[in-house]
Amino acid sequence: MNNFKVLMNGIVKENPTFVLLLGMCPTLGTTSSAINGMGMGLATLFVLVCSNVVISLIKKLVPDMVRIPIFIVVIASFVTLLQMLMQAYVSDLYATLGLFIPLIVVNCILLGRAEAFAAKNSPLSSFFDGLGMGLGFTIALTLLGGVREFLGTGKIFNLTVMPENYGMLLFVLAPGAFIALGYLIAIVNRLKKA
Amino acid sequence: MEYILIFITAIFVNNVVLSQFLGICPFLGVSKKVETAMGMGAAVAFVLTLATIVTYAIQHFVLNPFHLEYLQTIAFILVIAALVQMVEIILKKVSPALYQALGVFLPLITTNCCILGVTILVIQKDYDLLTGVVYAFSTAIGFALALVVFAGIREQLILVNIPKGMRGMSIALVTAGLLAMAFMGFSGVDKGLAVLFGLQ
Amino acid sequence: MALVLTGFSVIAGGLLGWVNDVTAGPIAEANAKTLSDAIKVVVPGFDNNPAEAPDTIDVNGVKYIVYKATKGDEFIGAAVQSSSNGFGGALTVLVGFDADGKIIDYSLLSHAETPGLGSKAADWFKKGGKGDITGKNPGETPLTVSKDGGQIDAITASTITSRAFLLAVNNAYAAYKNQHVDAASGATQQAAPAPAAQTDSTQVAVDTTKVVTNK
Repeated sequence: MNNFKVLMNGIVKENPTFVLLLGMCPTLGTTSSAINGMGMGLATLFVLVCSNVVISLIKKLVPDMVRIPIFIVVIASFVTLLQMLMQAYVSDLYATLGLFIPLIVVNCILLGRAEAFAAKNSPLSSFFDGLGMGLGFTIALTLLGGVREFLGTGKIFNLTVMPENYGMLLFVLAPGAFIALGYLIAIVNRLKKA
Repeated sequence: MEYILIFITAIFVNNVVLSQFLGICPFLGVSKKVETAMGMGAAVAFVLTLATIVTYAIQHFVLNPFHLEYLQTIAFILVIAALVQMVEIILKKVSPALYQALGVFLPLITTNCCILGVTILVIQKDYDLLTGVVYAFSTAIGFALALVVFAGIREQLILVNIPKGMRGMSIALVTAGLLAMAFMGFSGVDKGLAVLFGLQ
Repeated sequence: MALVLTGFSVIAGGLLGWVNDVTAGPIAEANAKTLSDAIKVVVPGFDNNPAEAPDTIDVNGVKYIVYKATKGDEFIGAAVQSSSNGFGGALTVLVGFDADGKIIDYSLLSHAETPGLGSKAADWFKKGGKGDITGKNPGETPLTVSKDGGQIDAITASTITSRAFLLAVNNAYAAYKNQHVDAASGATQQAAPAPAAQTDSTQVAVDTTKVVTNK
């Protein structure tokens, strides 16, 4: 597989949110606005690319039996690194995303890609796999965040599109997350068949 | 009284799945049958309570004294992974019946974000050990409740004629949304109880 | 096998320790900047560094942090950090008072209110907002929502948040007054009769709001 195909695979064909349905907690929990969804997506992208490359580099050194714990250590290290960097340089975003940053560790996408791709492929294609999957996740989260923000408050990326009293507040609240994602997946299903 | 308030708040008002978005993967994945939902709920309650005690000890006796707070995430996830393994081995030897019931769910629990999430929250909220354990246990009961109710609805959903594109995860999510809306009806109950108990 | 696992853990731990050292400075700076920015908004025009030596005050077992602002040698006001229990959890606000005790501005530092409803508290009570509290002096009349007979319009559909917010502001004023009178009389010890009077006034503020929460 060439690297471009690997990249597009993550964004479209095996989109982690709309097709593989992985990492649902941050998808629902952090998408109350487009900008938050995008921040969460980029944070995950960072960890995914780094852990994919490192795991691919060390795959020969790792005995099969302790494979999973070592993968977890690698992923958790990058998450901790990300936590410190975010606290130092984008502390506002860190405060908004809160608990969901350390929880990147248990996002099934990361361990899933480490096991299914990085442990079997070269560092370069693992890099593209991480980038593709991360971008697919970021796009999905930004889209969901945008839809919720627009329906809920009439804004997109904090720019007012409609007067606020047309907003359906429900979509910013918890139930709206489930409902908006449910309908987005239905639309994706429909597009796939077409 | 304070513990009763925590108990009710964690189950109904701030339900871990429906309002805090933790543990969504098993919520959507293991909720096709009421029976399996109960098994998963019980396994989570068991592991979460244990994990809270162990991580509390780690935080207060290892990480804090040595100023290693920044290793929290990595330490907690490793402890949880090891704990789940240990519980599995011990259960197999000590109580095969319980292992039969919970065994299949245990490997799934390591990556259940409500375990790591709640253990971190207990530290963030600065609970003492007993409060933390009550909180963790109540959260797990809330998780089990949401899971079982949702599974009950999904069992009925099989009989319904659903538009093609909505089948599967799509309709499940919309259903979960309606359930979350129903749980929103509990919001404010905690305030009332706090006044009733004279805590505020 | 165990050796490899330990090896990796040690390497990871070492690396993180190093990064922790590197980022410790910027993290502290970022936190300090957030605070000093907020102080600048709520009590503008000072030339000292209020964040440098804040006073922590205990009123009825609750802690308040008072950041005093001076220009030249003149005391121009203070920013007071105060918390109360909102709808979704703790709500922390930084309120700026001028030397007379009038509210200059405020900044909502952290909250867990419902997005789109209670979260509007961030702007609702500011100048130009529907529940404008700027220029008011909680010492003359404690701030209460119109539903409870006060003169402040509550946030639509978020009365509990509004009450909690005003409670935090009233308490902040009580803490401020405590501190301010202290500073003005130049007394460092709280033995004179003056502090007793202040305790009374805090009692009044807290009591009125207690009635509010019980409704």
